[in-house]
Amino acid sequence: MDELLLIEAVERYINGDMTPKEQVFFEEIRKNNPTIDQMIVEHTFLYHELTKQANIKAYKHSLYEVENKLSEEGFISKAKLYSKAKVVFFWKKYKRNIAVAASIAGLVSIATTILISSYNNKLGNSNITVLMAKIDNTAKKVDQLDKAITANPSIQKNPSPDYRATGFLIDGNGFILTNAHVVNRMKNIYVENKEGVYFAAKTIYTDENTDLAILKINDISYKTIYNLPYSINKKNSNLGEQIFTLGYPRNEIVYGEGYVSAKSGNEGDSTAYQVSVSVNPGNSGGPVLNNKGEIIGIITSKNSVADGVVFAAKSKNIYSLIEAFKKADNNATIIKLPTSNSLKGFDREQQVKKMENFVFMVVGN
Amino acid sequence: MSNLEQEKQLLAGLALNDSIVIEAIYRDNYPIIQALILNNNGNSDEARDIFQEAMVVIYEKAVSGNFELNCQLKTYLYSICRRLWLKRLQQLQRFGNLIEHLEETVVVEEDLELHEKHNADFIMMEEAMNKIGEPCKSLLEAYYIQKKNMQEIATDFGYTNSDNAKTQKYKCLIRLKKLFFAQYKNG
Repeated sequence: MDELLLIEAVERYINGDMTPKEQVFFEEIRKNNPTIDQMIVEHTFLYHELTKQANIKAYKHSLYEVENKLSEEGFISKAKLYSKAKVVFFWKKYKRNIAVAASIAGLVSIATTILISSYNNKLGNSNITVLMAKIDNTAKKVDQLDKAITANPSIQKNPSPDYRATGFLIDGNGFILTNAHVVNRMKNIYVENKEGVYFAAKTIYTDENTDLAILKINDISYKTIYNLPYSINKKNSNLGEQIFTLGYPRNEIVYGEGYVSAKSGNEGDSTAYQVSVSVNPGNSGGPVLNNKGEIIGIITSKNSVADGVVFAAKSKNIYSLIEAFKKADNNATIIKLPTSNSLKGFDREQQVKKMENFVFMVVGN
Repeated sequence: MSNLEQEKQLLAGLALNDSIVIEAIYRDNYPIIQALILNNNGNSDEARDIFQEAMVVIYEKAVSGNFELNCQLKTYLYSICRRLWLKRLQQLQRFGNLIEHLEETVVVEEDLELHEKHNADFIMMEEAMNKIGEPCKSLLEAYYIQKKNMQEIATDFGYTNSDNAKTQKYKCLIRLKKLFFAQYKNG
């Protein structure tokens, strides 16, 4: 029998299109011929599968239609809320992972920051010691007792200071220049001259960049000094220029001398010099003078590892500091920087003798 | 009419691919299924997918004719969807316990196994259809799926008469049969 004919017969048989007579005949053939029977079984199966396929496809199509209809009605929430819904979905799905990742990232960055900053400190700043001294109060008291005998008995303030540094007059009306890092740590500030007389002072201006600060003596017992003997240099100093400094690394004024060793300060800081001079904590804010008796800088810090590496803010910063101060406060008393230099030509001993009257110990707590 | 009879009617309508019945079932059941899936790491796309698949499962049951619903249709659908979603979650490796309200569920594992077999058959047939190539595929689809009569098909496909189309259709069917059974036996 032709396979095509057979298939046609099978289809008619399954669909029930056969006449009863044909049906009987067909079933007869099936019974007698196992090969044909097998073919019919297979074909029936295939036919069922095909119909099933067709029906399910049709059914799925109806499903889509119903779904679309309901979506348009808003009954089924539309899946096309891509942007926002997706974000919300991903957030919901991954929030635990995100939280873990974020905390790890946070920890790592904190750890890195700590590491880097500690490393940097080791490399850079920790090598720089600001030259302000912490005062041993016991020794100080003994000293004070000694001084009290000779000092003017009318001035018996006892500030019991914690820190000590140096400053010098830039205006006879009681304006003293020192370091910003000095005054930043002090609440109550006193300045003491070489006779051991205290005057109360207060900070009127600071500039962190150049590490300079201006103090004003606010004390009735202070008497204006006219004609400061030194001038303040506006120009850069030359390498090798001989310098000297005065300061209070201890409770007594100390002289030190050296030379300008570099035209820039720590890490190429162009607002400072590197000088070679022996200084110690307490020298901060001390004036650096050249042979002519001109102030060329202010001692600020030293390298705690390398020997003889001291940094001094350049004196021209004083001018810009005064300018900035004027701008910041219009009502402030005008500071007149000394211009004439009468130290020139004297030998060093004479210069120091004159100079030490204008260098003050800055103390405070 | 009792609830049970109502549902029987629904299923009968479903077997006949009645879109009114489909819509009614959607309206009654979709929200709860969507809530289930959205509350458990799913999105609305996935909710639609799962519900569709469950609808196919009940359709297959309804068509087979021996569908005896021992519980409410709602419960049955919920159980199916829950099971399907758990499986999907496992495939997607989104683990986590299912958060659900205490819905009643019934055992549906057997039904789902059957459904998977149907699905596999469906895919096999789809692949066999794709392999026989044109014009066989379109021809068979036109006759068996779109249920067009031979005369229409002959005109559409450009055969001179319906007998030629019929012969061609049978040839295609034989090829399909070979491909299908080759897969079926391998599968």
